[in-house]
Amino acid sequence: MTETDPKPPVSEGNEKAARGDKASPGKYVYDGRTPPINIFLHWCKACNICIAFCPKKVLEPDREGKPTLAHPEKCTQCAICWLHCPDFAITSNYK
Amino acid sequence: MKRSGIGKARLLQGNEACVRGALYAGVEFFAGYPITPSTEVAEAMARELPRNGGKFIQMEDEIASIAAVIGASNAGCKAMTATSGPGYSLMQENIGYAYMTETPCVIINVQRGGPSTGLPTKIAQSDTMQARWGTHGDYTAIAVAPSTVKECFEETVRAFNLSERFRTPVTVLSDEVLGHMREMMVIPEKGELEVTERHKPDVPHEWYKHFEISPSFVSPMASFGEGYRYNVTGLTHDEDGFPTANPIEIKNKMEKLRFKIERFADEIHKIRMDMMDDAHFTVVSYGSVSRAARQAVTMARERRIKVGAIQLRTIWPFPDMKLREMFAGVRKVIVAELNMGQLVNEIKRVAPRHTEVFSLARYDGEVMTPHQILEKIREVIK
Amino acid sequence: MMEKIAHGSDVTHHYLRPKKKFPNVWCAGCGNGIVMGALIRSIDRLDLDKDNVAVVSGIGCSSRMPVYLDFNTLHTTHGRALAFATGVKIAKPNLTVIVITGDGDALAIGGNHFIHTCRRNINITTILIDNRIYGMTGGQFAPTTPGGSFATTAPYGNYEKQFDVVKLAIGAGASYVARGTVYHVQQLEKLIEAGIKKKGFSVVDVVSNCHTYYGRFNKEGDAVEMLSWMKKHAMPIEAVRKIPPEKMKGKFVTGLIHEHDATEFTHEYQMMVDRLAQKEAEK
Repeated sequence: MTETDPKPPVSEGNEKAARGDKASPGKYVYDGRTPPINIFLHWCKACNICIAFCPKKVLEPDREGKPTLAHPEKCTQCAICWLHCPDFAITSNYK
Repeated sequence: MKRSGIGKARLLQGNEACVRGALYAGVEFFAGYPITPSTEVAEAMARELPRNGGKFIQMEDEIASIAAVIGASNAGCKAMTATSGPGYSLMQENIGYAYMTETPCVIINVQRGGPSTGLPTKIAQSDTMQARWGTHGDYTAIAVAPSTVKECFEETVRAFNLSERFRTPVTVLSDEVLGHMREMMVIPEKGELEVTERHKPDVPHEWYKHFEISPSFVSPMASFGEGYRYNVTGLTHDEDGFPTANPIEIKNKMEKLRFKIERFADEIHKIRMDMMDDAHFTVVSYGSVSRAARQAVTMARERRIKVGAIQLRTIWPFPDMKLREMFAGVRKVIVAELNMGQLVNEIKRVAPRHTEVFSLARYDGEVMTPHQILEKIREVIK
Repeated sequence: MMEKIAHGSDVTHHYLRPKKKFPNVWCAGCGNGIVMGALIRSIDRLDLDKDNVAVVSGIGCSSRMPVYLDFNTLHTTHGRALAFATGVKIAKPNLTVIVITGDGDALAIGGNHFIHTCRRNINITTILIDNRIYGMTGGQFAPTTPGGSFATTAPYGNYEKQFDVVKLAIGAGASYVARGTVYHVQQLEKLIEAGIKKKGFSVVDVVSNCHTYYGRFNKEGDAVEMLSWMKKHAMPIEAVRKIPPEKMKGKFVTGLIHEHDATEFTHEYQMMVDRLAQKEAEK
């Protein structure tokens, strides 16, 4: 394995690895007001990927099948939703 | 090119003269594929470009060659390829892409007997119509045709100038005899012949439209890596280069491709006339046939036949009006071609009613001889 | 260079073309969008200057990606992206040239250019999005469509053999060959990033989902089910070495599968030019 070889895949749950940031600003806790993620319903095509793969079942489909934040408090900012969104319709509020 | 070559008369091969013309015009990129009878162009480019700050590559086929040329042109290089009939046929789809994306590039077609493998080492001019309609769809082509080694040099320089000026592919229709023959020519000094550069944009990056429609119909052209970050696509597109299905934008694009050339055809037309002032008859020709035509006309004049010669150095766009005017006093026109009659149909289309048009077609792989033309003149004027 | 985005999820929006209409043209749940996000984040992490990135594509669903990207983008003819890209790279070697292509575009009509560009080892990164079917034209079988699969032009099951994209690329001489999937996005980003950094011809074969045609015709379900299949059946190469062969049954290998060092095409050309100049200077 040369230096340039990618390391074994980082566990899916670690959003920090997605940014490759070293320092981790502590575990995310939902403050009851700001939603963990924003969903651009205009760009969302209701493909159901984010809803299906969210490990904490934070999202549930609305009438059109588009995701709604049913359980924001369960979100761990694992980034699976916005990493897999084919239309970039999800952004995270976790800075 | 060794500096010593400039200014002195040199014995040059036609194909090599195309390369020297391209270098004179500032070619920076050549991609090609070996094919008789144009391979010498690639060979000379392989020798000269690395020593003149240019880039040479032999690609895996002609489709890849023209693709690389178009890529390099978008990256800012004056780019060219050279081929013959079979390769020219393979290139057609990407040449069409260059028309649609308005990408300057030059294609030298050293014609040989066709169709198919045909006569690789023998002469023909049977790609004339292909140079106009070779690829699918509506577009307006530019094709020029040299008849001497010196004209190979000059027409290649002109082809680059026209391609950069009008942001379009330009075909140089040479042929096997012209490509392989050697003649004396003097290589012009720098500055002697005009060399055109592509019109660069002078607007802030955000305002730039790669396919901007303006009265000149030719949009300024930025290159990759200059901060404009534009999109190029073969899909019919709007001024920003984004695919469109809007009928108005489609119509605008199609008319831009046509008007940018047809409305400025005067800058493109180039006709040589010999002994036409009092001519009742005319021999129209292009490419290497024009050499025999001029000699035949001279021989006919010695027999007091009032005949003149017209050589078209620009084939496409076809000079409709100019020819019609030239035929005012002309009763009979002979169109001498090394094919089964292609450009003759255009001449019939523009000839006034009082001018009868005859086709002198030779398609046996041999050059047309002055005597053969003289015979035709005699036969026609009876 | 724009200020660093504190958070990954916003990165993509800074690389989308402001004047282009969104959402993109792909079907809901298409893997192409996921690959596009991965590509953008890889480019962002490499801190590449947008002005010096050129993205070239051919024709097909995946080739509609560059028009959305705020780089120098060239959407070319079917199968010819690599030949166009070769011209761009040779003309301006300082550009980072990335080719977006599909299994039909690169391996069927574009096959000749694919193997020759691999052979040349020119510094171009090719992202080959393999959805195992022709999506744009409505579901015909492609050179990677598995045997027995159904497609509009294989109505009774595909009886043709398939390419192994990775073996083909290695055999043709590519100096960096990796395989990723649209489910394992973080791994894909790392593979793309390393591919771009590699000084040579890089191929990233991306297993993607076409549920609209391949999934529907072959009962592999919707986007979610196809991504779940990838999640279960992908085996990173680092893990493959540790498990017994029979455990690999039905699985496919992902990660960096092959890499070797070889001189790069544009570098070789420049060295030749320098040699010539030096010889001429000595005269």
